Parts: sequence; C-alpha cells; structure tokens
Amino acid sequence: MGTAFTPHAGITARFPELKPALTPQAAMVEANRCLNCFDAPCTAACPTHIDVPRFIKKIATGNIAGSARSILEANVLAGSCARVCPVEVLCEGSCVMHHRAEKPIMIGRLQRYAMDNFYGRGLQIPVRERPELPLRVACIGGGPASLACAAELRQAGVQVTVFDKRDLAGGLNTYGVAEYKQRVSESLREVEAIQSMGVEILQREIGLEDFEALEQEFDAIFLGVGLGEMHRLRIPGGEAGVMDALDLIAGYKTGEILSIGRTVAVIGCGNTAIDAAVASKRLGADEVHIVYRRGPEEMSAFGFEYEHALQEGVKFLWWRQPIALEAGTLLCAATAINEAGELVVGEMRTELAAEVVVPAIGQSPLAEWLSSVKGIQFAKGRVVVDRATGATSHAKYFAGGDCVNGGREVVDAVADGKRAARGITAALGVMEVAHG
Amino acid sequence: MASLKTTFAGIECINPFWLASAPPTNCGEQVMRAFDAGWGGAVWKTIGEPITNVSSRYSSVDWAGQRMMGLNNIELISDRPIEINLAEIAEVKRRYPKHVVIASLMVESRRDVWHEMVKRAEDAGSDGLELNFGCPHGMSERGMGSAVGQVPEYAQMITEWVKEVARTPVLVKLTPNITDIRVVARAAKQGGADALSAINTINSITGIDLDTFTPRPNVDGKSSHGGYCGPAVKPIALNMVQSVMADPASVLPMSAIGGIGTWRDAAEFLLVGAGTVQVCTAVMHYGYRIVEDMIDGLSQWMDEKGFASLDDFRGLSLPRVTEWKHLNLNYKIVAQIDESLCIGCDLCHIACWDGAHQCIHTDRVTGPVDGHVEVHRKPMEAVHATMSSIAVTRIPKMDPPAVSHGHYKAPLARIPRVDETECVGCNLCSLVCPVEDCITMKEVPGGLAPETWEERTAKLGIVEQC
Ligand SMILES: Cc1cc2nc3c(=O)[nH]c(=O)nc-3n(C[C@H](O)[C@H](O)[C@H](O)COP(=O)(O)OP(=O)(O)OC[C@H]3O[C@@H](n4cnc5c(N)ncnc54)[C@H](O)[C@@H]3O)c2cc1C
Ligand SMILES: Cc1cc2nc3c(=O)[nH]c(=O)nc-3n(C[C@H](O)[C@H](O)[C@H](O)COP(=O)(O)O)c2cc1C
Ligand code: SF4
Ligand code: SF4
Ligand code: SF4
Repeated sequence: MGTAFTPHAGITARFPELKPALTPQAAMVEANRCLNCFDAPCTAACPTHIDVPRFIKKIATGNIAGSARSILEANVLAGSCARVCPVEVLCEGSCVMHHRAEKPIMIGRLQRYAMDNFYGRGLQIPVRERPELPLRVACIGGGPASLACAAELRQAGVQVTVFDKRDLAGGLNTYGVAEYKQRVSESLREVEAIQSMGVEILQREIGLEDFEALEQEFDAIFLGVGLGEMHRLRIPGGEAGVMDALDLIAGYKTGEILSIGRTVAVIGCGNTAIDAAVASKRLGADEVHIVYRRGPEEMSAFGFEYEHALQEGVKFLWWRQPIALEAGTLLCAATAINEAGELVVGEMRTELAAEVVVPAIGQSPLAEWLSSVKGIQFAKGRVVVDRATGATSHAKYFAGGDCVNGGREVVDAVADGKRAARGITAALGVMEVAHG
Repeated sequence: MASLKTTFAGIECINPFWLASAPPTNCGEQVMRAFDAGWGGAVWKTIGEPITNVSSRYSSVDWAGQRMMGLNNIELISDRPIEINLAEIAEVKRRYPKHVVIASLMVESRRDVWHEMVKRAEDAGSDGLELNFGCPHGMSERGMGSAVGQVPEYAQMITEWVKEVARTPVLVKLTPNITDIRVVARAAKQGGADALSAINTINSITGIDLDTFTPRPNVDGKSSHGGYCGPAVKPIALNMVQSVMADPASVLPMSAIGGIGTWRDAAEFLLVGAGTVQVCTAVMHYGYRIVEDMIDGLSQWMDEKGFASLDDFRGLSLPRVTEWKHLNLNYKIVAQIDESLCIGCDLCHIACWDGAHQCIHTDRVTGPVDGHVEVHRKPMEAVHATMSSIAVTRIPKMDPPAVSHGHYKAPLARIPRVDETECVGCNLCSLVCPVEDCITMKEVPGGLAPETWEERTAKLGIVEQC
C-alpha cells in the first residue's frame, strides 16, 4: 500500500500552515502555564483521553521524547490529532483557564510540538512487551479508525492486515483534511509509523463477495470504512461545472487540481463546506459564496471554522436554496420557516455567478455495502455497535469511526478504533496487558 | 509623602537603598549613574590586591520559565588596581557629597596591611568601611573572606585591628555559610564593629549540564562551588537578619542583604530591624532603574500605614518571631473553599490527599458541607472513571450545549469540598490553589483558653526533652 507521494510545490505554497509549530522557548513558556490539574477536564474532554497535564509537564521539564510517548500511549495518531482536532470544542474548550478569564493552554500546539520532535528525531512508536499471538484480524478501510484499531491490536500481539481501496492510506486524514491543517505527507508519515509496528497494509477494495473468505481467514474483522459518496445536488442544469467537495479537496491535496473558476458557489454549511470554500479562495477564485438554506444559528460548522472562512474572504448567503444551474449561473430560491416549523421555498429568486458549483451537503453512508454484511444491525445509516467495545450484532465483526458515528472527527475515529481493539482482544480471550 | 531619610550608624542617608558590593559598584562611572537613578548609597566592589577572574563566572537557576530565580557566581573581589578604585571613590564623593559610599575591603590577614588599607580608603573619602568576611570562593583558599568570617576569633581580631585606626563607621559583612550566624555577629560586636551587614552569598552548585556533566558555570570543563543570591535566598537572609537582630549579644545597626528586589522585600527587612538594605542581583537583572519603584512603593506603603519615617516601623515584626514552645496550641483554623471562585483544577484535592490529611473530596455525596464525609472516592478512582468514560466531539447541532454552571465558574462536580472535621489547618490547599482568595483559612473557636507548649508541659510536670 502506497505511502509514496510527492507534494506539489504550488499547493504547498498556497496552503501555508494555519497554526505553525511552536518554537522551543514558546513551548516552554506555554507548558509552564499549565496548572497540572488533577483528573484534568482537558483529559476528560479528549475522546482518546490523552493525559494532557502529564505530557505538558514533560515538555516543561525538557523531556520531549517522554512527552510524545505519553501521548502515543493514548492516541497513536497524535500527530494528526494535534493538527486537525477541533481543540476549541474539545480539550482547550474545557481548560480551566477559561474560568479565570485567561486563554486556555495551547494543548494542540504543544502536542504537535512533542510529536514533531518525536518523528523529527526518527523515534519509533514504542511497542509493548508481549508474546506474538496466533490471532489474525482484518481492518477494512485504512482511515484513522482502522489505523488506531490496528496499532492497538499490535500492542496486544495480534497480527493485523488493513485493506484500503485508495492509492494512499490514511483515509480522510490523507484525502480530506484541509491542507493548511495537515499536509498529505504528515498523514503518510504517521501511516508509516504504524506500519513499522508490524501492521500490514494492503491496497485492495473489499467487495461484497469477499466477506466469506475474510471470515474464514481472520479471527475478527473491524469495519472502519467511513462514509460513502457525497450527496448529489439534484437540480436541473446537469452536471457540468459541478464538483463535489470531497473530490475538490482530495484533488488539490494530491496536486491534481491546481486552479478553480473565478466564481464558486459552495452548497451547504458544514465544516466540509467551509474547507471547500476556503480552498477555492486559495486556488484563485475571486468570489466564493457559501449558499445555505437556513440561518447562521443552524449551520453545523464550528464557530471558529466560520470565523476562519470570513477571514479568508468567503461570503455567506443565508436562507437560499439552489434550484437550477445554467451556464455559470446558479439560480437560488429564498427559503423560510413556516408556522409549522418546516423549511419552505418562497417566491423570491436570486442569481449567483458560479462557474463552479461545489455541493457539500453531506456524505451518504455506505448503506448497500454495509447492509450486505450478514448479521450486522444497521440503523439510520450507521452500523449499530456497543460503544464501549465496538462490537456489532455479529460476533466476528466490530466497527468504529464515521461508519458508526455518522461522521464526527478524526479523534473520535481513533477513540472508536482503540476501544474496538480492546473489545476484540477481550472477545478473543487475550489477557489484558497493563497500559495507560 | 513619608520621608525615607535615615541615619545609619551615624551616616546620613537620603534613603535606605544601597547597592551591595558587587558588579553594579565596580567603578565610579557606574556608581554615579546609580546615584542619578536614585540609589542612596553604594558599597564599592570589594577592594584588595587585584585578582584575575575566570570566565565564565555566573550561572543561574530558572524556575517555571522565569529567568534567574537564583544567581550563582565564582567571581572574586575587584580585579582593578587599588589606586584606581580609591581615586574613583574620591571623584564620586566630590560630585555626590550627599550620597553614601562605603568601601568594602578585603586584604591579607595582617595587622599592618589592614591598617594601611583602612587609612587609604578613608583618605579617599569613603563614608564607612565594610569588612568582607564572606566571600565563599577563591579568597577563602588564601585565608581571606569566609576563612575569616567562619572563625569568630579571627573575625573579632581583624575587626579590632580595623577599629584601632578607623575614623568612620565599620560594618562587618557576615557570611551565611556557618551554622549559627549569631556567633560571628557577636564576635564582630566584641571586636568593636559599629554595624553589621548580612548576608553574603551562600555556597552552592546551581546545576550540572546533563550533556557535558560539568557543573555550571563551566570554566574550560570544570567548575567550582559558587555564591548563591537573588530572590531564592531571601527567606534565608530574612531569617538570619531576624536572628541577629533578636539577639542582644549581636544586635547592631544592620544593613540587610539577600534577595531584595522590591520595596516589599525592603519593608520586610526593615520590619525585622534593618537600618538600610543592599541590592545586587535585582540590579544585575534589571539595572539601576528598579530603585524608582523601591522608593515610590515604600513611601506609598508608609503613607497608607501612617508611618512618617522608617523609624516608625523598624523592627515591628521582631517580637512576633518567637520560639515554637511559645505558640498557642489551642488556635484552630480550617480551610474554606469559595465555590463561586473555584475553577475546578482540583489541585487542592490531590495536595490534601497525597500531601496532607485526606480531607478534601471531589464527590459531594453525603453530609452537610461542614460535616464529616463518610463515603468518598479515592483520587485514583476519579482518574480511572475518566479514562474509561466515553467522550465525543461536541457537534453543535447534535449535542446539547454544555450545561450552565449556575453561579459557579466550574461544574459543581469539579468543585471540591473540605471536610472541616478532618482538616488540621495546615494551609497546604490554600498555598496550591491558583485562584486568589478562593481558599481561605477560617478560625474555628474551640472554646479553650490559649495555651503554649511551655505552659502545658509545665502544668503536666514534663521535663523538656530537646
Ligand atoms: C472534507 C473533510 C474535512 C475534514 N476535516 C476534519 C478536520 O479538520 N478535523 C477532524 O478531526 N476531522 C475532519 N474530518 C472528519 C474526519 O476526516 C473523519 O471523521 C475521519 O477520517 C473518520 O475516519 P474513518 O477511519 O472512520 O473513515 P475514513 O477516514 O473515511 O477512512 C475510511 C477508509 O476506508 C476506505 N474504504 C471504504 N470502503 C472500502 C472498501 N470496501 N474496501 C477497502 N477500503 C474501503 C476508504 O478508502 C477510506 O480510506 C473531515 C472530513 C471531511 C469529509
Ligand atoms: C557577581 C557577584 C559578585 C559579588 N562580589 C562581591 C564582593 O566583591 N564583595 C562582597 O562583599 N559581596 C559580593 N557579592 C555579594 C553581594 O554583595 C550580596 O551580598 C549578595 O549577592 C546577596 O544579595 P542579592 O541577593 O541582592 O544579590 C557578589 C555577588 C555577586 C552576584
Ligand atoms: S485544564 Fe488547562 S490548565 Fe488544567 S491541566 Fe488541562 S491544559 Fe492544564
Ligand atoms: S488545610 Fe491542610 S488538612 Fe486542611 S484541607 Fe487544606 S490541605 Fe487539607
Ligand atoms: S485549588 Fe482552588 S481552584 Fe482548584 S479546585 Fe481547589 S479550590 Fe478550586
């Protein structure tokens, strides 16, 4: 499975890091600001429960490698998480500093400082002392959920094979996360670190016909397939000039898309829409609009993502719904909420110049694929699991990540993967090895 | 505004702020700039046979991102010729007649050599002499500095020699590198000293370079013990000055030194009886300009307290330091947490559990707030509960907004409570709490009359053991 990739210089230049690395002095000062809370709320707020005060104090004492190891114990994709996590609503959002009217500790950037130092020095993810077990687990999908599950299984001595259908491993960490948050090469660096723990990664699409053979070959199967295609924009005007947000993002990240039209309309107002809109700006569009059929208070994007888009010059068109597309013009209808609380389309029409229209109205679940795995309960587009163990209703199958939670964040996928690995080892009767 | 004028051992001072004998008083040009900045006096960098210094010669202890909490040096006395130092003293005194210049001296332990040096210093116009019996490094190997300051007989003898010829007040500068600083203070007094100054630097090794294994400061791969000073030594200096000033056999006018950097430090030393204060490290860190706030802050504080002169409060704290056996055993305080200020860091909880008496709890389960808590969760149980809990990223539309904490800043579950029936009133929690005034110690009337250890043992007929 490939991790070979050459970044495109033009893209790298257009997407400089939003939150650059901390210098050693700055990291030291920031680390010393942390109060070292007991049973710290930041740790509780992190889905993978990274022991935040522990790793921060290690930075303060100059034990950077130890700091990184403490982080990795809880979260094997800590390098990505440091960059892509919405820390504002997670660890940093719960830092006690808020209560004393001070800036929260820059936990994300300190974590990145430790992880950059770790990988920069060529250190390896420590593997626990344990016997190699004659157990084999397949992880389908090569995104954060599967990678975390695979790493945790390796820590228990289990043999793991990861299957992914794409050229590069890492899932949306590689193909979906905005480039100014995390570069493709940084995602791949982490994939390699996990491979070096002894995880086998194969580039292969698992089809409906493969399940039987997999069940024969493996003792357990983890489903970390994420979500499927983006929802289509079903309006008259055809497909010309329409590019879905995921294709746009994956395209520019891999250097295949280097420019976009002058005017762009992004449909939807989630975090993906924001990423697509900002990327369009950086790819050279003059006018980028986000068209949303409701008001700002209902958008699903995080507040800080919205603020960021405003700074980048993205414009927002609220209470509008696209109804037709013709020759570079998007026809939108005004929307409103009626007395019954339903969204209705009004009479008013607006025309919006849009050489390119980018729907970002959510990903559909891999419903057909998932529901064909016999014995797995599937509801509201998600695989139903036991949250603490990732166990599905089929004894051999476990699941986690976007396909289970409907699409949250990388760190949630990692937490799911880790829990599922522990669920799998427990189900396979592997003795629990002491760990953090 | 209150007056900072004072008279120290007969020397008129426009204010009590002097520079200690050290690099800030190396030369005339520096001392004059210091006087321009507002310093009332300067103890000249110790004069003696010129010596050669090594490089490097300073190292420091940094703490939690703050630079130079403690400073260490292996510097010796002045490396400039005696004649030049004395000529510059004369020049400074000519230009600044109202400012105090004290010559700090250290020479070979011979009577004629001391006589000669004292005369020359006084002829140059110095207002007083400070005998450096403290330098812990370099000079002591040659029978000077702390080699004198650590032996009461020598200290007394040299003080006597100096007093035989001195016309100006003689200050003896004490070394802290001794078990009981009062012993040498008494010897100096016996020898006829007019005043004391304390403390000089404390023997120390600030740290060792973990790459080269050489202690700091590094002189070509080797190091030596050096003198420690700066903010870190203030508590030690305060104790030593207090113990000398409380000892009738030692007490003399005292020029206090050690970790003084602000008017607050100065006020504290004046409260234990100091007449003037000397500053070195703080000036090495920030320059002469710090004296502006020292003057301004001290007189502002004096105005607020209604003190018109330094004599109005000098020594006021001395009678409040006593021996342990005179403390009231029946005085009882307990910790109280102001729930509206608490930020929920739970540092008090873990400090009390691991470092005190296990009476701060994070589970608010049973009993009244001021009552005994029967059921409580041990600290590690709290941590394990967190580690096994399932947390997810909050997504605006899907997850309910964070619950409001009412009039509390922190979630109630994170605000600890004190079991007042178990609290021993040690203060620890209030010391670790990062929020000002959040944990206060409240007096709990026990209904018993004050009683000291001495009284109690006398009543019980116990003979004191130690
Ligand atoms: C545009 C975008 C931006 C995002 N930005 C952020 C962000 O900034 N921060 C953040 O925390 N989260 C972000 N997320 C969310 C985050 O990327 C996901 O929550 C996370 O990647 C989910 O991990 P996963 O392993 O469940 O799925 P994925 O990352 O989607 O990985 C699933 C993998 O399975 C493979 N696969 C699927 N079917 C098969 C099959 N049949 N056979 C073999 N392989 C298969 C896919 O190729 C893919 O590699 C973003 C999501 C998107 C869409
Ligand atoms: C670099 C340096 C050199 C010093 N040289 C002398 C000296 O020559 N004579 C002396 O009596 N004290 C000397 N001292 C001690 C200071 O005068 C002072 O007693 C000590 O530093 C404590 O005060 P502080 O905490 O304000 O620095 C020196 C101190 C330092 C840091
Ligand atoms: S809540 Fe903030 S201050 Fe407390 S441990 Fe976490 S980062 Fe440090
Ligand atoms: S004063 Fe001491 S014993 Fe009392 S609660 Fe605080 S730490 Fe515990
Ligand atoms: S140390 Fe202070 S702020 Fe922290 S939990 Fe205790 S009382 Fe609250």
